[in-house]
Amino acid sequence: MSQVFTPNSELQHLAGQPIAEIATTLTINGVERQLVIEPWTTLLDLLRDKLDLIGTKKGCDHGQCGACTVLIDGTRVNACLKLAVTLDGCEITTIEGLGQDGNLHPLQAAFIEHDAFQCGYCTPGQICSAQGLINEGRARTRLEVREQMSGNICRCGAYTNIADAVLEVLESMERA
Amino acid sequence: MNAPQKVGIGTPLSRVDGVAKVTGTAKYAAEYRVPDMLYGVTVVSAIAKGRIVTLNEEAARAVPGVIDIISHLNRPKHAWFNRSWKDELKIPGEPFKAFHDDRIQFAAQPIAVVVAKTFEAARFAATLVDVKYETEPHNIDFETSLAEKFMPGVGHRRNTYHPPKDHGDAERAFGEAPLQHAAEYHLAVEHQMQMEMHASTVHWHGDGTVTIYDKVQGSQTSKELVASAFGLGEKNVRVVNAFVGGGFGGALRPQWQLHVATMAAIHLQRSVRVVMTRSQMFSHAHRPECTYQIRLGAAADGKLVAVLGDATTSTSRFESNMEDIVTWGMMNYACSNIQGSYAIAPRDTYTSADMRAPGAATGMTLFEIAIDELAYKAGADPLAFRLLNYSDIDNMNRKPFTSKALREACHEGAERFGWAKRSPEPRSMKEGRELIGWGVATGLWEANFMKTSASAKLSADGHLEVASAASDIGTGTYTVMVQVAADTLGLLPESITARLGDSDLPTAPVEGGSWGAASTGAAVQLACQTIAKKLLKAAGGVEGRPFHDVSSIDELEFAGGYMIRRGDPTRRVGLLDAMRAGGLDVIEAQETASPGIGGMISLATKARNTHSAVFVEARVDEELDQVRITRVVIAVAAGRIINPKTARSQILGGVVMGIGMALHEETAPDKTLGKWINHSFGEYHVPAHADIEDIEVIFVDEPDPEVTPLGVKGLGEIGIVSVAAAVVNAIYHATGKRVRSLPVTVDKLLAV
Ligand code: FES
Ligand code: FES
Repeated sequence: MSQVFTPNSELQHLAGQPIAEIATTLTINGVERQLVIEPWTTLLDLLRDKLDLIGTKKGCDHGQCGACTVLIDGTRVNACLKLAVTLDGCEITTIEGLGQDGNLHPLQAAFIEHDAFQCGYCTPGQICSAQGLINEGRARTRLEVREQMSGNICRCGAYTNIADAVLEVLESMERA
Repeated sequence: MNAPQKVGIGTPLSRVDGVAKVTGTAKYAAEYRVPDMLYGVTVVSAIAKGRIVTLNEEAARAVPGVIDIISHLNRPKHAWFNRSWKDELKIPGEPFKAFHDDRIQFAAQPIAVVVAKTFEAARFAATLVDVKYETEPHNIDFETSLAEKFMPGVGHRRNTYHPPKDHGDAERAFGEAPLQHAAEYHLAVEHQMQMEMHASTVHWHGDGTVTIYDKVQGSQTSKELVASAFGLGEKNVRVVNAFVGGGFGGALRPQWQLHVATMAAIHLQRSVRVVMTRSQMFSHAHRPECTYQIRLGAAADGKLVAVLGDATTSTSRFESNMEDIVTWGMMNYACSNIQGSYAIAPRDTYTSADMRAPGAATGMTLFEIAIDELAYKAGADPLAFRLLNYSDIDNMNRKPFTSKALREACHEGAERFGWAKRSPEPRSMKEGRELIGWGVATGLWEANFMKTSASAKLSADGHLEVASAASDIGTGTYTVMVQVAADTLGLLPESITARLGDSDLPTAPVEGGSWGAASTGAAVQLACQTIAKKLLKAAGGVEGRPFHDVSSIDELEFAGGYMIRRGDPTRRVGLLDAMRAGGLDVIEAQETASPGIGGMISLATKARNTHSAVFVEARVDEELDQVRITRVVIAVAAGRIINPKTARSQILGGVVMGIGMALHEETAPDKTLGKWINHSFGEYHVPAHADIEDIEVIFVDEPDPEVTPLGVKGLGEIGIVSVAAAVVNAIYHATGKRVRSLPVTVDKLLAV
């Protein structure tokens, strides 16, 4: 028995083509950056590989896990699904921009307090997603938080603690 | 003067690595910045079995930025002998060696790596590698593979395997039993699906040494493998796994990306990073598929008279992975006629692997469904039925337990759950359009202890560092180390740093089997006790010699930065004052915790296990058969709890994965193509936020100074065991439908 596989044969002719580079301006965590980006680079790979902002995680690269969640102009987005060059002029907030050691964001503090993670790999995505959820202003109850956080998988199974942490911050904001 | 408050074992300290994790500064294997690093993307086989005829690299090499392509055709030399490729688990057989030759043994086997200046160029070029294969007939269907099932001979079995021990005449007792139950149970293949994909960043220093940041549950097993398989030599390899984005057993064995990245680095004499894709994560470790025939016989009063089990689990054609499946049921209940058999069935996949509570999560869970069925046949309450057949000893090995507080767990769990309010009839509880069911199951796992070393170093500025080559895969090892050190030396957690995840640190085993807290904790305690002894000696130089009559640290209390004479808190010496008096800038110690002679005797004569009682409320839509798990109460008997906060999380995680096992998780084979069909997060379903409602965790008091030096039994695995059984039992109670094949998907419920 013999078989031949020629993967991606329709793209073979592109093999030798030079890769374009496109000037793009992004404001990342409050700092404006003039970047030259290849059009096939996702926002996720730009952050992790080119800018060393490794807080944003890659769990699937296919928009199926939420580990790469960042805020683009305040809206939560899977960074693996965005080509960076399409974001010219956008404001991007990553976990590094939300809070730092000694200056924790309330969500970060609540996640620690409620032990809302174990391995920590989904955590930056969960926290950015929770901030996005707060910005959207549609979640009030635990049921709504759970439903609207369902794009963020936690294989360690910290869900109940994550819901506790997010609700605590939501409620404290409502009181304020 | 009162003794200062102790901060240490038993306190709910927040994770000491918490800030790093919530701010995104914790670095995982693919996140280390290494100068001039290249990116490797792996090409995997499109067929399940056969050989590579040609690898046409022309188009791939034409992509700008591509540096080289490495495959079996041009790889650097690697070791020929299988023993050079064995990892710490020592699975019998022929270990997989990436790029070894042109043979294809399983679908998505790594066959080449494209190395480029950017990830994107490597990724694109990898799709252009044109491979011609010669295929051979393959089989990945479990049913079909059963025709080839076998039991490996002595010497060819996994060293963790425990053969079932028969007692009495189970066949006859079953045949004569007034109450009988016989059925076949099944568990689908599951994948560990850790969030972090397997990655290795090889830092090529250029002087013959390498540092490898690897995704693995033990830095030293990767180091040894790389050193021996690629001839780099032990002293030239350092492996770091300071943070691991989940393990669940899937990273116990170094994975193929380590082979690939190391070969690329050696070939190019450069630093290289290789990360698996999510789809490639399905190409290796997975929980074996299982079929389990269970026969149970009981007397008219419900007392078990016969337990018989025959199970088979899946493995690859090149290695014999084995689990304990039938033993749990034989151990757990009082029954004088027991019999078990086990075999493995080979198929053309990668070798199955340990996944959270390997063996028990399958065998105990399926057994607890069968017990439930018998309880209904006996007309008994399922919890009362279990207590009726309660065994105070390990029923198979006929040994007493060091401790077993399962009865207490059953009572406390039932109380909290409100079990007494349960209406016994199936399909008798309803609210709105949902049927409600309450199910119970009990869990059993091992309390393990492994030889582990740790060091401790106290500096004159009051800072203590404790270190061990252990791993923290989310288990809280960093935090446990700090707490044990704080407890032993009476220091504040803030003044203690724990280091782990580095092969240069004192020897520790892979993180698995729930032995981490007990073993690493014991090693840290020993190292800190040695520091304490040195401090006591140094205190001899303190003015007034307040400890002139103290000969052992047992006569002292360590708290609040002081050593204090027990019974006389006025006699105290600050730790740093003692160091000054002894003229010491720093005190160092390294110790190894091992079972010792007493421990070995206890190991031979006593059973050591954790237990749990799981109560589940399921709500099932009467028309759609859609299942929600609205409430779980799990009561765990696991000895001493070092940190109730992180301990609870470990159990929560186990329960969530157990719900996944019950309702969602299944990797389905495409029998024709010989590959897993659903190799993505989109199609391999794990529980999401919306699936998880209320979970309550109870730790039952179970003092056990004998089981391990700290009285700790371990928690990483007991949380998953039998959760799926409690779910299945709750679904039965809700609907009257008994599904014997996990996961219980809607189609299976509709078909009953
Ligand atoms: S990495 Fe983007 S959703 Fe998974
Ligand atoms: S904390 Fe490990 S995946 Fe969420």
